[in-house]
Amino acid sequence: MPLVEIKNVTKTFGKGKIVALNNISCEFLSGELIAIAGPDGTGKTTLMRTMAALLKPDSGAISIDGNDTIKDSQSIHKIISYMPQKFGLYEDLTVLQNLNLYADLQGLNSEDKKSVFDSLLDFTDLKNFQKRLAGKLSGGMKQKLGLACTLLRKPKLLILDEPTVGVDPISRRELWKMIYALKKDNITVVFSTAYLDEAEKADKTMLIHESSILYFGKPSNLLSPLENRVFLIKNITTNRREVLKNASKDPDIIDTVVQGNAIRVVLQKNENSFNLKKLCPGDDSKLEKVKPRFEDAFFDVMQSKDKKVSPLEELLHPFEKSEAALVEAKNLTKQFDHFTAADDITFSVKGGEVFGLLGPNGAGKSTTFKMLCGLLKPTKGTADVANYSLLNAPSLARRKIGYMAQKFSLYENMTAYQNLRFFSGIYSVKNQKEAIDKMIEVFSLHDYVNINAAKLPLGFKQRLALACAIMHQPRVIFLDEPTSGVDPSTRREFWGHINAMVEKGASIVITTHFMDEAEYCDRIALINKGKLIRIDTPDNLKAAVKSDAIPFPSLEDAFIELSKQENEEKNK
Amino acid sequence: MKKKINRIKALIRKEFFQIIRDPSSILIAGIFPLILLVIYGYGISLDMNNLKIGLIIEDTSDDAISLKRSFINSRFFHIYESNDEKKLVEDLIAFKLHGIVKIPFYFSYYMQRPDLKGPVFVASDGSSPNTASFVQNYSLGAWQNFLAQKMVSSGSPPIPNVEAAPRFWYNEELNSRYFLVPGSIAIIMTLIGTLLTALVVAREWERGTIESIMTTPITIKEFLIAKMISYFCLGLGSMIFSTALAILMFGLPFRGSFFVLSIVSSVFLIVALGVGLLISTLSKNQFIASQISIVSGFLPAFMLSGFIFEISSMPVLIRAITTIIPAKYMVSALQTLFLVGTVKRLILVNVSVMLALAFILFVIIFLKSRKRLD
Repeated sequence: MPLVEIKNVTKTFGKGKIVALNNISCEFLSGELIAIAGPDGTGKTTLMRTMAALLKPDSGAISIDGNDTIKDSQSIHKIISYMPQKFGLYEDLTVLQNLNLYADLQGLNSEDKKSVFDSLLDFTDLKNFQKRLAGKLSGGMKQKLGLACTLLRKPKLLILDEPTVGVDPISRRELWKMIYALKKDNITVVFSTAYLDEAEKADKTMLIHESSILYFGKPSNLLSPLENRVFLIKNITTNRREVLKNASKDPDIIDTVVQGNAIRVVLQKNENSFNLKKLCPGDDSKLEKVKPRFEDAFFDVMQSKDKKVSPLEELLHPFEKSEAALVEAKNLTKQFDHFTAADDITFSVKGGEVFGLLGPNGAGKSTTFKMLCGLLKPTKGTADVANYSLLNAPSLARRKIGYMAQKFSLYENMTAYQNLRFFSGIYSVKNQKEAIDKMIEVFSLHDYVNINAAKLPLGFKQRLALACAIMHQPRVIFLDEPTSGVDPSTRREFWGHINAMVEKGASIVITTHFMDEAEYCDRIALINKGKLIRIDTPDNLKAAVKSDAIPFPSLEDAFIELSKQENEEKNK
Repeated sequence: MKKKINRIKALIRKEFFQIIRDPSSILIAGIFPLILLVIYGYGISLDMNNLKIGLIIEDTSDDAISLKRSFINSRFFHIYESNDEKKLVEDLIAFKLHGIVKIPFYFSYYMQRPDLKGPVFVASDGSSPNTASFVQNYSLGAWQNFLAQKMVSSGSPPIPNVEAAPRFWYNEELNSRYFLVPGSIAIIMTLIGTLLTALVVAREWERGTIESIMTTPITIKEFLIAKMISYFCLGLGSMIFSTALAILMFGLPFRGSFFVLSIVSSVFLIVALGVGLLISTLSKNQFIASQISIVSGFLPAFMLSGFIFEISSMPVLIRAITTIIPAKYMVSALQTLFLVGTVKRLILVNVSVMLALAFILFVIIFLKSRKRLD
């Protein structure tokens, strides 16, 4: 008998206007590790909350170990554990006090408490932090404590809502070890994630897209049809971006994505005689077969992809070529009280270059970023943009900058059109009306111009934010976590626009915590704990950590290894 | 049952740690009462003493000197004597003076001519009518004082007419501090019960901790009871602190019984907590929770409880609204206990109305609260 049975569950919000779950049915068995993957706003959290008997479905039913979530919520809460987003910890309680609270709420005997705490503190490596306030823990430690609180009493079902968001890659790996250890205890673990690569690690994966199940089953079943269809185009001698553009227009190709110096392509089913030459990648180029991954599968299942090249291409005027650096950061340092958020960071970005700042949350990316855009005054060091100093000529420098903030920072109670008009006004764009119309055209915002920004779908919010940031044709564009939470196909489209702008000679500085996405960058600065670890091309970074243990390193591997090396050097 | 109690205890312990580590609860329960009591104890006074009056004397007769003395001796006035009328008028305009009294040169001449009237000129600032009427009345008092003196000194005994000798019961000195301080204690308890409670529940929503709590075997009733007990204790602690301050620092009399005071306060706290918990079921956001509790808890307690504005002088409609303001009953009970004593009938009425309000509130809360997020 399955442990969890979900039958035709539909859940809407706002009097039926917003459909969060659309007729979801599935079953989870005892001891299975289940991943629920999908972009933000597709209903992952709603599904987890309905499973945890925290939300009542509009129709359909969920039963857990024979208990109905509506009628027997009290008995369900005795057999499940749930970790919400942000981990559900009391920040002004210490580690031990948090454990004590949840232990008492779960009805642990005081005799058992000590041994359970000991083993959990061991398991999570928090022994030395028992008296520390939960609010003062790092993201990784909070996540572990949150997990420990759910494991005080061995649950039959463990629900983890985005357990790895905002956690550095090293802690993320540790968490995965713990979750695999739980499987041995025959605990069913259901977790949600926005990272598709994490979904591959589960026994079964559920792909949710727009409130419905796109796929549910073994990850391997999803990947096997893609065998022999995923390739890297290597040794490209012509313009890489040109090849990318050609590939994304090609009807034989489902998905195209930059991977270091190479371009990854997923071919259509039954496409056996693919002619590489039509993409014009140069004479030395060759196709190399690679293992398919989940993101490839996502496009394969989605099937519908309108092939188009960013219309920005025709719209933008090329900037004059210049060899001089457009962004120049020298010894940028920012001190907050006793905490150094950014420590002596130096780099420069040329015209026509995509430069990435890569690192986990709290590494100092955003701080560095804000100093570059003149939003934060550096404690030490200088930042110049297009040869203007942000300290001495901030307004001249800012006119050359387009800035897209995290979470898009639009005026939520203004319509899309009003947002565009406002931003064209503050950047003193000439021919406002014409410029706005062009942006609406380029980003296909026609249907949404009169809708408040708050109510736009996430993908359109992102488009609108980008439109607002580039309307004045800035020379340098700063993008702070621009693709966080949006679905892969919207992300592809976004990078299409970015490519078009780079082609014309603009410089892009971007932060991201999607390690895969950093592959798009020409060069990457790895940042950890406020320090610049290394600047190099994605390929060189990966090559630097290649060893027998890791024959095919990913950027995440590179990040972890290089951070370790940095730490060891410091300890010497 | 034992497990139930253990769970409630665990939550109360958690609240306790949060209260001592959270600056906002210390501020509302500890610092705020101190500030409010100091403001109402020392700062604000509704009595007008020391009205600043500019006095111009153009007459040098004995009568004029005697009248001047009558003004100076009045405990309501602080007299600034000057001959520069223009300067005094300027001071009046600049709010440096509350009024001007002029004894003109023809004063003694007019005094001897019973057919002529109004020999003294009194000007006051009409832009603050309350103060202006005080100036007028107190001047009249000084004038009558002067007349009485004059009759005594001239040998003719004053005409024995009916003499009104007012005596103010329970607040003999008509000291506004005496009724403002007990009133502000009611305000403080409203703040702790309603604002603080609504805020801490909303905070659990904002930080997502409530989701974790709800998926444990705890029931929603246990959760509410734990919250209530915690903030009940905090409120009672603050109450004891405020009462001690009122008696020891501000020298208020306490004429009732402390036992009755503790019963009255407990009942009121339960009502205030009820309002706070009800607000927290409506709003899951700290900002909105604080807005609702200020509009529905703090402001009515301030304006419609009889704390400052007398209910009997309000329009009928507003008076009707005050009957559902719990603070009204608390203010009345507190003022009685401090200034009058344990008036059983009055206290009983106040307590039973508050109990009725509490009952209604908790029925609504338990009906509305679900162990669910929607």
